[in-house]
Amino acid sequence: MIRSELIQKIADENPHLFHRDVERIVNTVFDRITMAMANGDRVELRGFGAFSVKKRDARTGRNPRTGESVHVEEKHVPFFKTGKLLRDRLNDK
Amino acid sequence: MSDKTLTRMDLAEAVHEEVGLSRNDSAQLVESVLSHVSDALVRGETVKISSFGTFSVREKAARIGRNPKTGEEVPIHPRRVLTFRPSHLMKDKVAAGNKG
Repeated sequence: MIRSELIQKIADENPHLFHRDVERIVNTVFDRITMAMANGDRVELRGFGAFSVKKRDARTGRNPRTGESVHVEEKHVPFFKTGKLLRDRLNDK
Repeated sequence: MSDKTLTRMDLAEAVHEEVGLSRNDSAQLVESVLSHVSDALVRGETVKISSFGTFSVREKAARIGRNPKTGEEVPIHPRRVLTFRPSHLMKDKVAAGNKG
């Protein structure tokens, strides 16, 4: 399923809404999750999962082509942990 | 880092502000977005949200695990796990927003 299919499903269930509003609803949900993480915040959606930011320490990496050492700065990466309900549903529990 | 936690309520509030629907309708629509994503994953589909990321379901084979406390061997049944791969855009925004 891709974004446009998700929008279409929600539009089909809500014939009273303009299609462009459904697009804005779906976009708002995903944009706010990204914005929160860019702020260093967590997003906890019970039953679905939690988005958080993990810190990766600085390290000395290696250019795999040349074998040359390169310094890799500390960085922050997005992380998702599946919620219990969804994890159970994936395994027909 | 502000160490806040966003919940469904914050997302509903954002939809309410952005689209002008009632708080109640906004909350239901946020729920609807999450359940459609969940349902597709439970059906085994990959969910790809452009500029956000990709949720995919992976099959894990059975293996013998060990209780780390007692050292006892326990069978781990085959199971399905969900993985999320953030888009480059999300990675860039998260890296830039949390710098320094």
